[in-house]
Order: sequence, then C-alpha cells, then structure tokens
Amino acid sequence: MTGNGFTATGGVNRAESTPGTIDTSSDARHQAAFLSLHDVRKTYPGVVALDGFSIEIRPGEVIGLVGENGAGKSTLMKILGGVAAPDRGLIRIDGVDHDRLTVENSLQSGIAFVHQELNLFENLDVAANIFLGREPLRGGPLKLVDRAKLREMVLPLLKRVGANFTADTPVSELSLAQQQMVEIAKALSIKARLVILDEPTSSLPLAETEKLLGVIKGLKAEGISVIFISHRLHEVESVADRVIVLRDGMLAGTLASDAINHDQMVKLMIGRALKARTNTSEREAGAVALSAKGIRTAAYPHRTVDLDVLHGEILGLAGLVGSGRTEFARVVFGIDRSLGGELYLDGKHVLLSSSADAVATGIFLVPEDRKLAGILLDFAIAQNISLPNLSAHSANLIISAASENTTAEAQKSNLGIKAPSVKTRVGTLSGGNQQKVVLAKWLAMKPRIMIFDEPTRGIDIGAKAEIYRLMQALADTGVAVLMISSDMEEVIGVSDRVAVMHEGQISGILAKDQLDQENVLLLAVGKSAR
Amino acid sequence: MNKKDIGLLILIVVVGAVVATINPRFLLPINLANTSNLIGLFGILSIGQAFVIITGGIELSVGSLIALLGVLFIDLIANHGMAWPLAFMLILVLGGLIGLAHGWLITRLKLQPFVVTLCGLLIYRGIARFYTADGTAGFAFGQNFPTLEFLTAGRTYGIPNSFIALLIIMGVTWVVLHRSVFGRYLYAIGKNEEAARYSGIRTGRMVMAAYVICGVLTALSAIYFAMYTRSISPASHGNFYELYAIAAAVLGGFSLRGGEGSIVGVILGTILLQELQNLVNLLGIPSSLNFAVMGGVILIGVLVDQQWDVFRAKRRLNKAAHSTPSN
Repeated sequence: MTGNGFTATGGVNRAESTPGTIDTSSDARHQAAFLSLHDVRKTYPGVVALDGFSIEIRPGEVIGLVGENGAGKSTLMKILGGVAAPDRGLIRIDGVDHDRLTVENSLQSGIAFVHQELNLFENLDVAANIFLGREPLRGGPLKLVDRAKLREMVLPLLKRVGANFTADTPVSELSLAQQQMVEIAKALSIKARLVILDEPTSSLPLAETEKLLGVIKGLKAEGISVIFISHRLHEVESVADRVIVLRDGMLAGTLASDAINHDQMVKLMIGRALKARTNTSEREAGAVALSAKGIRTAAYPHRTVDLDVLHGEILGLAGLVGSGRTEFARVVFGIDRSLGGELYLDGKHVLLSSSADAVATGIFLVPEDRKLAGILLDFAIAQNISLPNLSAHSANLIISAASENTTAEAQKSNLGIKAPSVKTRVGTLSGGNQQKVVLAKWLAMKPRIMIFDEPTRGIDIGAKAEIYRLMQALADTGVAVLMISSDMEEVIGVSDRVAVMHEGQISGILAKDQLDQENVLLLAVGKSAR
Repeated sequence: MNKKDIGLLILIVVVGAVVATINPRFLLPINLANTSNLIGLFGILSIGQAFVIITGGIELSVGSLIALLGVLFIDLIANHGMAWPLAFMLILVLGGLIGLAHGWLITRLKLQPFVVTLCGLLIYRGIARFYTADGTAGFAFGQNFPTLEFLTAGRTYGIPNSFIALLIIMGVTWVVLHRSVFGRYLYAIGKNEEAARYSGIRTGRMVMAAYVICGVLTALSAIYFAMYTRSISPASHGNFYELYAIAAAVLGGFSLRGGEGSIVGVILGTILLQELQNLVNLLGIPSSLNFAVMGGVILIGVLVDQQWDVFRAKRRLNKAAHSTPSN
C-alpha cells in the first residue's frame, strides 16, 4: 500500500498550479481533470521507459495515444493499472496524490483496461464473464448464483455498448469486435470513468472497427474518458479529441483537436534526426535466393505475400505487430502450411511440409520467442547446438558426444558465448548468450536462407552489436538474410533493403536511398512512401 | 546412474535388508527367483511406458492390451494350431500397430494421450472378454511348447529367463534412449516440443514411434504374462498393470510432463514395487493392503524427492546471497 503517499490537497485548484504540466489551455474550457500524472519517470535495468511525462485526463475526453513500439505506451498503461510503480513523479486522482497506484487503487478509481489480447473466458457466457467473481448470489448456504438478477444487471450494460448479442451467448461464439464489447461492458460494470483501449482495432476488419469507434463515441457521450492506443492513425484521427505522442519514453507533443492530422502525428512519432546507417557494407546482392509468390497465411487468409530475398543481402521486414510477418516466416520455415502460393529456392519450386524439410534445404529460422521455440533451457549448450544436425554428429544413429562438444566449442569461441563450458545448461545463460546459442545452432550448419524474427528483443547492447556483426558476415558470404524487426533503428540501420508489411501484404519495398523512418512508418500504416 | 538412482538403489537395499532380517525366507533362492521373474515381466512393460512418458504422453491401455494380446496368443497356438514363432511375431506386430494407431490419433488428430489410451483401456478389455465369451483362455491338458515355455517361463542357471530378457531389453533401450539420435529427439520433444519442431525435428513421427515401441514391448510382456499364468480370464488378467508401469516410472524419477527419466530409473522403480509386493507377502501383512502399501510408499518417495529439490534450491539461494557482497 502507498501509506504515506496519500496527501489530500483539497478539491479546488488542483492540477493547474503544478509545475511540469503541459500547456493544455485550449482545453481548459472543459471540466477539471479527475486524473493526472506529473513528471513521471520509470526505468527498467538499462532502459528509461518513461521520463518527465505528464498528462491530464478530463471527464468525457477521448485521448489518442500514439508512438512507435517501445515508445513507452505500455509502461504508461502499467503505471495507470497499478502494476508498475514509477520511480518518480505523482499520480493525482480526484485531488488525492499517490506515489504509485496499486491494482486496487486503480480499480477503485474507475480505471478499466481493454487489452489487445482479450482476457475473456471463452468457455463461459457473456454475463458470467462480465460479473466473474462478483456474481449476485441467492441467499442460503449454497450461495447459488442468482441468474435472473445477473441477467438483469447485464442487459443495460450490453445496451450501452450497443451489443447485438445476448447475455447467455458463449464468448467462444462471438467475433473479436463483439468480445471487445464484452470487455468494455465489463469496464462499465465497475463504473469505469476511464477506459483504456490498447490497440483495440489491430485485429478487426473494417466494419467491426466502425462499430467499435461508435462505442467509443457512446462512452464519451456518457462522460467516460477514453485513452485510445492505436497504430492506425486514421482511426485516431477520427475519434480523438486530443492526441498525445510518445517517443523514446518522452512526451513528443500534444495535438489539440484542430491540429490532429496524419502527417503531424507521424512527424512527432519520428522526431529525432535519423541515426546514421550502421550497415556500411558495399557488397553486391546476388541472384534471387528465395521467392515467395502469392503466399497466404492463416493471419490474413485473403491477402497474399509476394517477396524476393536475394543472396548476399539483409532484407528487413518491417511492419506493425500483427501485420502478418511472423506468420509469413513460419510458412517459409515449414512450421505452418501456407493456405496458397508457392516458394522458390534459387528458382526451383520447393514444397515444405515441415520444418525438417526447411532445415534440410538450408532455410533456418531464429524465432521471435527464444524460450518457447528457440532453445531447450534444460539442455546443455552443446546439445542445443547439435539438435538440428544430429546426423552429422552420429555414426549408426549413435551420438558422438565428442563431436558435439568440438562443434560447440568452435561456435562458442566464434560467437563469444559467455559460459563456463559447452556442457552448461542454456537456462542459466543471459538472454544475449541464449540468443547466440540459437544462432550457433544454425551457423554450425550451412545456411542458405536465414530468417531472424526480432533477433535482438530483450538482449543487451553488447550482444546486439555482436548479432548485427554476425548478420552482416552471413550476408557477406552470400547468405540471404531476412530480418523481421519492430525496432525502427534496427530496421534502418542493419538492412540493405526494407520490405514493409501492412495487414498481411507487402505495402512497399524501400531501396537503400529511400530508406528512412518516415517512409517505413508510412508504409507500415498503409500509406504510400514519399 | 545419477544421484536419484543411487538414492533409490539404497532404498531398495535397505528395505531388502529389513525384510530379510524379519523374515529370512526373503533371501531363499526360490523367493528371489520368483521375484526376479515378476521384475522381468513388469520391467518390460514399464520400459515401454517409459518411452511414452518421456514424450510427455501416457499409455493407459497397457493392462487391457496384456489381456487381449494374451488371449489371442494362447488361442492362436492352443486352438488354431499356429506355429508359436509365427504367433509370437504376429502378436508383436499387432501390439506395434495398436501403438501406431494411438500415436496417430494423438499426433495427427491432436487428441489427448489420456483420452485416447483410456478409450483403448475400455475397448481392448471389452474385446478380450467378448472374444472368449467371458470364459478362460488356456491350454488343453498335455499341450506343451517346450521351447516357448523355456524361453518365457524357464530358467538358466536358476535365473528366470524373463529376467534375462529384461536385461537384454534394458541394454538395447538404454542405448536407444540415452545414446541414439532418436532418444535425444524424444527428450527434446518432452522438454519443449515447440523448440524441437523449430530445430527441424519431425516431432509427430517421433512421438508415434514412442507409442509403437510401447505397443511392441507391451505385446512382448503380454506373451510372457500369458505363458506365466498359462490361463487367462480376460475380466481380471492385467488389471491395473498400466498403473504399475506408471508408478515404476514415477518412482524412478520420470516427470509426467515429459523430458525426464532414465531406463535405470524405471527398472529400479519396478524392482522397488515388486520388493514391496514381496514384503507384504513375507511379513504377513494382509494382502488386501497390498495397494495401500504401494501407494503409501510412492507418495512418500515422491514427496521426499520433491522436498529434497526444494531444500537444495534454498541452499543454493542462500549460498548465492552470502557470496554477493551486500552494501
């Protein structure tokens, strides 16, 4: 609990006098803010996630919150939700100051979240989900749920969100947009005053998106505030009263309603001057190594991906989270079957029915989720490295530990894996070293196509540089490298060319001379590059 | 042998010593031979189970399969005059096919191993009873198969041949599980199937192969059990045998989540279970308490093992806390 953090400051003259408040005088005609943050800072080891951030939220206001991946949006959400404590700064709710919020504070203050990944129980019906843990009970020792009363309580909530489904529909039968309505109804049921929607439209088709935007307007009309986090700038444009742009954990700017437009938002999101490209190689890309023609994946069954990756290049694959990049990579690596389309390797049609086929043809993947798919935490370094290539380390199907260890030793010194020995369990290594083990596994074989999915997520700067160096070295030897990344600096800095994906399609390919953040961002949100 | 195996071995020796002091008959050759015969029979099917558990699966139909395949085997050689080596091979193939069917349902149709093999448990038991019209399958008076009987129920220098068979199977499966590429794949799949798949392993085929191995070894032990009892009433023959196998694996350090356990471990588990059976008989404990004793010992064993791990983790944490300077 915050204990001494509570300081009553009285009901009048609240936020206005605090230093560090953003100038929002154009909005001052509205009611006073009921919730505000002042000069909030939050750091994680090695990263400043949020710094000097202030915001005021007034009743009935729809605030658009935009920024690149890693700009500090989720940190802000965690602070408001009481999950993370700021290192510094003040949170003021109804005139009461807090050093930090607890989850209970947040709930009692009427802050409700609708997360990108919905937290509904698909096996229960709508009503049960909305009042889970708070069901009205009938008297008596059995504490049975009063189903009639529950229904009575749920109906007005569903009406408020304009639901076109009934309270006893199982959630598993609802569309995504309908599920989001359930989440919003749940928020309303706790008498929310602020509903925070995190990328609510990222997986919705257009018609459903319109419906959701309508619900947001309905909330606004009831005097409920909304923070709308989205990468889809035109939606932000259409629904927000005010837009707040975050960049590198700082407030990049605030746009009042008349100043909200697409270009302004993009400009603020990019902000900083372009970093120099770290990829200064002069190598010439060779022939087409991998050619994807009309590949369709489960993420966007009606869109097709056409993409060529050349020998000796690093092709960056940029795009927003959920744009279908990982699904494409899984198809190329044979993990998932494509719903259609063909893959050509050096001009020859290949059929990949499993990852084993991909590995046999020299297509390797460094997956996004290292612990889930990249390595076996309980296996030794040497065993992880040899796993895809055991036939080379065995005679008559019996594994030679000596051969495994020799290869592992060579990779360990080649990649600079910091570990006491190759027999060390991978689970005890740091993230960067674990990632190097994943790389070592493939480098010990002969890669023709290397796919990296978010190769430097969650690893420190030193290991990052090392991994970039290895990727360049791979490309120098003629390997075709496809790098999926949401880190703008990485995409710009490391790639020779960048393909950008938007909603399941390649929205554009940028050559070296067109490569800048604005172009990548424009393509990522579905506009065309300049 | 790892530390857990050694701990289990010590436990087996201690229990044996205690039983021997109370009742010296424990060490009589006839008792040792009988017990090692049972260890052989149960050991073979426990090794089969071990292959499945390594992948994170489970095989519950073992007991029913022992009844069904046993009934079929006896019927083939006693009533249909089939040459026993042919019947022998046929039963092994049948066991393998049933394992293949289970593996296929589990990996291709994505059914849960528990569900698939539970259905097997019910189905095979039902078929076995129907096949004999709920009667008893056995040999006619004077019917003899000297070679077969020698191989299954005979002895060599006083050692039951079933036990020798177990030793051979142990040796082969030890190499397969602990030294071969296939064994490494099974451990990898048990630990993290997704990561195994991302390393280019055909995980589905490997898991299926594990069920096939389990099926074949179960079929083999079904023949041994049939020749040991020489008559089978399919309503009760092999009841709960899958649980003996699972218990042996768990005692031997297997995790039901997969990826952990060894051949030596599962054999030591089998030995301990049979020793406990023997203990109940020799110490005059009412045989109705048989299961209760086994259950109790397994529970205590698992509990001690788990608490030991917690203790070691704590000690490691303490050490780490002391070795880092606090300021």
